[in-house]
Amino acid sequence: MSSAPPAAGTASPPGRSRRRGTAVPSGVLGFLGIVGFLLLWELVVRAGIVEPEYLPAASTVLSELASIATTAAFWEAVGWTLRTWAVGLAVSGVAAIALGLVIGGSRFLRKATHTTIEFLRPIPSVALIPLAVLLYGTSMQSTLLLVVYAAFWQVLIQVLYGVGDVDPVADDTARSYGLGWIARVRYLVWPSALPYVMTGVRLGAAVALILTITGELVIGGGGVGTQIALAQSGGAVPELYALVVTTGLIGVGINLLVRAIEKRTLHWHVSVRREAVA
Amino acid sequence: MTFVKKAAYALGLPVLLIALWWFLSRDTTNFYVPKPGELATTFVDTWIGERFRTDILPSVARFAIGTALAIVLGIAAGVWIGSARRVRSLLEPLLEFFRAIPPPVLVPILILIVGVNDRMKITVIVIGAVWPVLLNTIEGVRSVDTVLLDTARTYGLKGWTRLRTVVLPSAAPQIAAGVRQSLAIGLILMVISEMFASSSGLGFTIVLFQRSFAIPEMWSGIVLLGLIGVAVSVVFQLCERKILHWYYGQKEVQHGR
Repeated sequence: MSSAPPAAGTASPPGRSRRRGTAVPSGVLGFLGIVGFLLLWELVVRAGIVEPEYLPAASTVLSELASIATTAAFWEAVGWTLRTWAVGLAVSGVAAIALGLVIGGSRFLRKATHTTIEFLRPIPSVALIPLAVLLYGTSMQSTLLLVVYAAFWQVLIQVLYGVGDVDPVADDTARSYGLGWIARVRYLVWPSALPYVMTGVRLGAAVALILTITGELVIGGGGVGTQIALAQSGGAVPELYALVVTTGLIGVGINLLVRAIEKRTLHWHVSVRREAVA
Repeated sequence: MTFVKKAAYALGLPVLLIALWWFLSRDTTNFYVPKPGELATTFVDTWIGERFRTDILPSVARFAIGTALAIVLGIAAGVWIGSARRVRSLLEPLLEFFRAIPPPVLVPILILIVGVNDRMKITVIVIGAVWPVLLNTIEGVRSVDTVLLDTARTYGLKGWTRLRTVVLPSAAPQIAAGVRQSLAIGLILMVISEMFASSSGLGFTIVLFQRSFAIPEMWSGIVLLGLIGVAVSVVFQLCERKILHWYYGQKEVQHGR
């Protein structure tokens, strides 16, 4: 996962992966890996090593997925999950960026809030599930509360790092040219912090999806997570697996989307230009 | 900075917030919001004593075993996959997919396969928490400095020695970043697996309090989970500082501080 703090792993030398030429390009190998995995899964079940009631064969699960993908209820659940995810991420992202810029911009605030942030951040957001249920019942807000809490810290921490990373010389220059607070944020702090912000958004997006599905699973209220809970209690095993595969596909889709956005927003930045080579 | 000033910065805001909470809840009788003093006494009454042994210890033990296994497995598999280029490109898309599955959905599947017991809960934690460590180790091992590797080869370092003195230290900062995420996920899964199907443990007990409208007890449970989260993160930071002290030293030199 490329989600290390920006300081780590900067020493990836370009062209290392091309040191020895191979006949098979890595994309093909990756495809073979997926096909091999599916075959192995199918074989393990067909050979009777695992009971099909516990683990249905790959073909069963995939055809189940294909058949539920034609139902409106499935797409409604997927849409519901994506909406919760997007709203949660947007709310936490905006709040964290705004607060991060204000706190990070002042030495006093940074020092004064440090312990509070370090205390609140590691609180697992699932601890809030009982509170969410009490406050909002099984509505979307319950899940949103978890999502916003979890994603908020991911983004906030990165924004604080980013604002702290502004080049002091550039900052002094901006001040001596008489740039005000808003202009400094706009032209200096924001561009310097943007790579960190995007890392935070990427981490936050993944965490938000986990918490969206978790909330739907445990609290209920609609979405893919609730469908999974229903399939489990109804003993619909192939459907259960098909829905789990769906969550994986949603996750991959979200990762790709966020990475594409990151690349677009940061196309001018060294990290992206270097990543393109590595 | 003097000690007093440091303490004022560290404790100022928390003290202010608690004072505010106390002030605002002073003469309300709101059912949902306990008073600070009330919460503190409930916390002691609820968790210190019998429940410490029956709920806290088993939960924390499951969390510790699960994440420890996940970390060991993740580093071992990560070193192997990261240093074999073909294995890496064979498995990469597959791993991307498995990582993208939100770990809590594994709970229903594992209930099906393993049943409702400790083994299920530990398995959930291992399967969910292994990905950040695994993928960060792969990435860390992959990006070990080539000059360093070539030098090690010239000096004839092989096998275990090469791993211990070159590969693992270079990958360590990134592995640590993965471990941090794994701990957070492990904690989430500890709670979720207990909320979903269990008759003991923190997750179970807190949901029970909520369903029986034992509000101060529920709040004290939330506080307890928070404290566990904070404790885990403090322990992790201490270990990280100790193991990676050379790395932080280097960074401080680079930043000229």
